[in-house]
Amino acid sequence: MLRYVIKRLISMVPLLIGITIVCFSVMHLAPGSPTDMETQMNPRASADYRERLNAMYDLDKPLYQQYLLWVGRIAVLDLGRSFSPDRRPVARKIIERLPITILINVLSMVLIFVIAIPIGVLSAVYKDSLFDKITGVFVFIGFAMPTFWLALLLMILFGIDLGWLPISGIRSLNYDYLPPGMVYLDVVKHLILPVALSAFGGLAGLSRYMRSNMLEVIRQDYIMTARAKGLSERTVIYKHALRNALLPVITILGLSVPGLIGGSVIFESIFAIPGMGQLFYMSVMARDYPVVMGILLIGAVLTLLGNLIADVSYAMADPRIRVS
Amino acid sequence: MGTDFWKRFSKNKIALAGSCVVILLFIVSVFAPMIAPYDPHEINLKLVLAPPSGSHLCGTDQLGRDVFSRMVWGSRISLKVGFVATGIAIVIGAILGAVAGYYGRWTDAVIMRFVDIMLCFPTFFLILAVIALLEPSIWNIMIIIGVTGWMGITRLVRADFTSLKERDFVLAARAIGASDFRIIFVHILPNAMASVLVAATLGVAGAILTESALSFLGIGVQPPTPSWGNILTAGKDNIDIAWWLSLYPGLAILITVLGYNLLGEGIRDSLDPRLK
Repeated sequence: MLRYVIKRLISMVPLLIGITIVCFSVMHLAPGSPTDMETQMNPRASADYRERLNAMYDLDKPLYQQYLLWVGRIAVLDLGRSFSPDRRPVARKIIERLPITILINVLSMVLIFVIAIPIGVLSAVYKDSLFDKITGVFVFIGFAMPTFWLALLLMILFGIDLGWLPISGIRSLNYDYLPPGMVYLDVVKHLILPVALSAFGGLAGLSRYMRSNMLEVIRQDYIMTARAKGLSERTVIYKHALRNALLPVITILGLSVPGLIGGSVIFESIFAIPGMGQLFYMSVMARDYPVVMGILLIGAVLTLLGNLIADVSYAMADPRIRVS
Repeated sequence: MGTDFWKRFSKNKIALAGSCVVILLFIVSVFAPMIAPYDPHEINLKLVLAPPSGSHLCGTDQLGRDVFSRMVWGSRISLKVGFVATGIAIVIGAILGAVAGYYGRWTDAVIMRFVDIMLCFPTFFLILAVIALLEPSIWNIMIIIGVTGWMGITRLVRADFTSLKERDFVLAARAIGASDFRIIFVHILPNAMASVLVAATLGVAGAILTESALSFLGIGVQPPTPSWGNILTAGKDNIDIAWWLSLYPGLAILITVLGYNLLGEGIRDSLDPRLK
């Protein structure tokens, strides 16, 4: 097992290098240099000042040296300073906003699994039944649904017409004056819509995947064996078949990380949630390159970690993987 | 793809439903000037945020423009973005996949590693980052969606190539002295087009969804050019007073994407009924 983990860790290295190269190239797509923001806006900036600034950002060095210096800095989590007036370190800005984004993503992931797995299993076991057909239609609609639109509709319904749920932020204005128990309830109420919506995006895919897995497993010889030796249908399906059909789902966990993280931009900006997605959106709008690049990099590294965790837990669950 | 395909395709309800939607969309966007009852840019400040009525089927927006007319013209944007972006993705994906699958060895290793790297980036993040650096215009959007969406097609084409290159017709082509270029693009690639076609149809749907999300966030198609996404932005700004601005454009996106997805699914089933 340890050997497998080490092997996977080593195979991550070229990917990590590749990620930094892609980030660095994207950064250099920008027309002009990153110092333009300071020099062009400032009529007092002399040519000398400009050169000193370029030297400070290493822009006077050849590209490969710039890349190496940049990698050296990000290796110690120095992502530079934000261009925004507060000039704060990018790493700190991002770290502040990570917890809420991760919380929402983890909650919606749990929700996706809790709902999609039973749906997938049942529609496979009762293939071609009414339930299977209805979920089939639901899956098609789910794939085609622009989730930001669904967000708007639910905001109108639950937020405005019914007035049940708040539609913006993660806490009410009177949050500080609420009694202790109500504080949690307040946050929960603010999180219901964002979590439900970001889960919705993944539901269709996972339930369809679970269904085809289950159909595949039911066809196997060992299921026939289980039936032949007289086990009840219940034991056959929920013990023998389900366990095997659930295995590959672990990899989906890793594969869905980039989608969830990417989706957080849309949900956090719609619901005004102060997470990493909203920071990313605002930085894109303000052309705050250091923050944009920092988040792009962190998003990719989180994805890589998600894949690693998925692979390792898959190997723990299924010994066959470790050998091949 | 012969007569068998068309026979199955014409009997497949999913495929037919998808085709109907897609054909209808083509008609709407080609004849947009004739179908739209008003000029999509005509501002009427006396009729701001009017609810749907007989004269304005889907109501008017915050500048009194007819929402239905804007949606009709917006279908042109979706169509353009969907096809150009997918076209770019197919060209990149097919070439890289073909080269990787045909040459194998280190060429394959390098290209597929690059695919892995690109797949690590949350696509939406990559698109936003590039847009932050360039100007958000319809052409940039198409290019960026295409350039960030070729990885799946590369994997498909590579898989087809690794099996197809061992076949006798490739050996025959090589025996009569055909160049690698000719073997890849004239002999093998047409045989790999079936799976690409399915991926492309689903890709158009994905590109339309991405464009609408970008325009909704204000970093896609810029107003006053009407797109379904940027009408929804107005819907969000007026969410408490004008539900029609939120409802109709989203419905248009949903139906369009559904149409392409159904068509793609239908083509897949008709190409190989065993896959079902």
